[in-house]
Amino acid sequence: MALPVYASPLERVWYYTRLAICALIFLFLIAPILIVMPLSFNAEPYFTFTEKMLSFDPSGYSLRWYDLLLTQPSIPNDVPRDAAWWGEVWRKSAWVNAAKNSVIIGFFATIVATVLGTIAALGLSRPEMPNRRLIMAILISPMIVPIIITATGLFFFYSSPCALINWTGLSQYCGRLTSSYIGVVLAHATLGIPFVIITVTATLIGFDQSLNRAAASLGAPPTTTFFKVTMPLILPGVISGALFAFVTSFDEVVVVLFVAAHDQQTIPRQMWNGIREQISPAILSVATILVVISIGMLTTLEILRRRSERLRGVTPH
Amino acid sequence: MADVSVPAGGLLTTSDGRPLKSALATAQQRAKRRAFLLVLPLLAFILITFIVPIGQLMHQAIYNDGFSANMPRTTAWFVENPPGTAPDEPAWEALALDLKDSAAARTVGVVGTRVNYEMSGTRSLFTSTARGAARFEPPYREALLAADAKWDDPNLWGTMRQVSDAYSANFFLAALDMTRDVNGKIVPMPQERQIYVSLFIKTFLMAALITFTCFVLAFPIAHLLATLPMKWSNLLMILVLLPFWTSLLVRTTSWMVLLQQQGVINNTMVAMGIISEEGRIQMIYNQMGTIIAMTHILLPFMILPLYSVMRPIPPSYVRAARSLGATSWTAFRRVYVPQTLPGIGAGSLLVFILAVGYYITPALVGGASGQLISNLIAFHMQSSLNWSLASALAALLLGSVLILYWIYDRLVGIDNLKLG
Repeated sequence: MALPVYASPLERVWYYTRLAICALIFLFLIAPILIVMPLSFNAEPYFTFTEKMLSFDPSGYSLRWYDLLLTQPSIPNDVPRDAAWWGEVWRKSAWVNAAKNSVIIGFFATIVATVLGTIAALGLSRPEMPNRRLIMAILISPMIVPIIITATGLFFFYSSPCALINWTGLSQYCGRLTSSYIGVVLAHATLGIPFVIITVTATLIGFDQSLNRAAASLGAPPTTTFFKVTMPLILPGVISGALFAFVTSFDEVVVVLFVAAHDQQTIPRQMWNGIREQISPAILSVATILVVISIGMLTTLEILRRRSERLRGVTPH
Repeated sequence: MADVSVPAGGLLTTSDGRPLKSALATAQQRAKRRAFLLVLPLLAFILITFIVPIGQLMHQAIYNDGFSANMPRTTAWFVENPPGTAPDEPAWEALALDLKDSAAARTVGVVGTRVNYEMSGTRSLFTSTARGAARFEPPYREALLAADAKWDDPNLWGTMRQVSDAYSANFFLAALDMTRDVNGKIVPMPQERQIYVSLFIKTFLMAALITFTCFVLAFPIAHLLATLPMKWSNLLMILVLLPFWTSLLVRTTSWMVLLQQQGVINNTMVAMGIISEEGRIQMIYNQMGTIIAMTHILLPFMILPLYSVMRPIPPSYVRAARSLGATSWTAFRRVYVPQTLPGIGAGSLLVFILAVGYYITPALVGGASGQLISNLIAFHMQSSLNWSLASALAALLLGSVLILYWIYDRLVGIDNLKLG
């Protein structure tokens, strides 16, 4: 907001004070995220800037904590780094395995959440949808219900998933969902669904339903209409919903703590252990990598938003 | 349908002769069904992976078969005999045989724990008696009393009668700092064991405080973003969205790094001479740590709804007020702020709802004093293993969150929830 020409001197002072306050709040928002980056290159096992770092002495910086991510827990660090060594890292490093688990779980959870969520959002956006408000409230609730309650409930449910169908006599054929990939994927999909619903329904608000009718009147069956007309237009919303769902899964730790076993160790779980037990700057190097990933995601999202606005004819003003 | 055969004198019909009204109704029914069928798969999915688990949690809060499942004979005796019956020889026999069986099945600890929830100090009575249970001979009363004279206590029998019913509201009572006395009357817990109600109050107060600090910090930012030209506000918006997209654990870790006694902020203040080396401030592992970190994490949830309400407010309103003689403060207070109220309501409710159920951040940076109700639920799930009490606490928390959610839906509407 520009300062109006008729502003009194007091208002001028207040105007610049306000800008300074805003700058401080922005610092509060962003500083904690940026501070971990330089500290992750610390050559010493401290969580603060050393003398050498402050004087930009190269020996104050190192990649040792990134190295540690590769070699933990028991990979030799002092051998030549040939293909065999990297193979060992790929198989044995705790952090690399956690990353693999996070990506696998996140990928499948995103697929489930995005497919089911997009189809449901199409239904929810139809004006004929009965009980829209109630159904929407139910579908969004995983985002609102405290995660500890969801995790506790899932723990009970996964311990005997067929308790409810005991009377059919089929329950003897089903095992447990605790300590399984499927259990974690289903839980993460549930947590990601509200984000897909929100983003896709928001995109569909600007969607012109007469395009569908036009396609139908030209003889296109519903599936063709969906893939050729609807999908290309709502794709930006679907992708950002999918990104949200993936990030939700990628960042989720409580459900993993409650229902997963060592085999399903994910990055957040590994970080959680690291923070609770012996916090080392290695955590900061993971944090830095994650921040870089989220910057990438944010950029993708911003590009998608602009594209969506252009497609829908909403010009940014 | 009788009216189909009536000739269409003045009645509009479709080409196949059906009245237009019923044809339209059928078509609308079909459209409704189609829309619902699209939502159905997801609804079924959420039902199984979310609603059913939460239902099981609720069930766990009122159902604990720790006693009844492992002490079937004693339970049966309680069913057959009215309350207040003095234990006769069949009762002692049932108890002794049940103890023998559960000692063999190694479930006596479960039984003892269940009774112990209602009457402290009884777990060891069960486990120690069960150790010799294999050698019990009739008359069982004497055998049991020889093992431990406490078995004669009528209060113990009263408690066992209470817990022999697997369905019980006692866990909800415990979660509200109440208990039953020997006659089954509801009384408050002893003073030193009343922790849950005060923790609930503390959780709500902290959530309110965090909501307030979020509001204070978010308002100027949202106002600035809403009044800057789009090009600049989009750029500054990145500073809001980046924390929003960054992992929660990363942000919590960053605050640990910043706020530690040997951390960046304390070091800077020592270096600048603001505080002395000994005077380093304890800013983390206490309530303050929880409040700072949670304010930071929840701030975007306040800024985004505020911004989306402030952006469309035309600047001419405030200018009109000024031209009519209002001071800038009056114009802001009487003209601008009232228009932002929907955003303030939406943001505050959302932040409050999220803050009440927060778990991860208090667990990592809260220390002893910064714990919220979620942390106690986790404690009872993972450490004390009193799952029924954890479930009762969770049910109470869920109830309050759902009430807030309902208010949010009424006031704001879930459709208006925006993410970036």
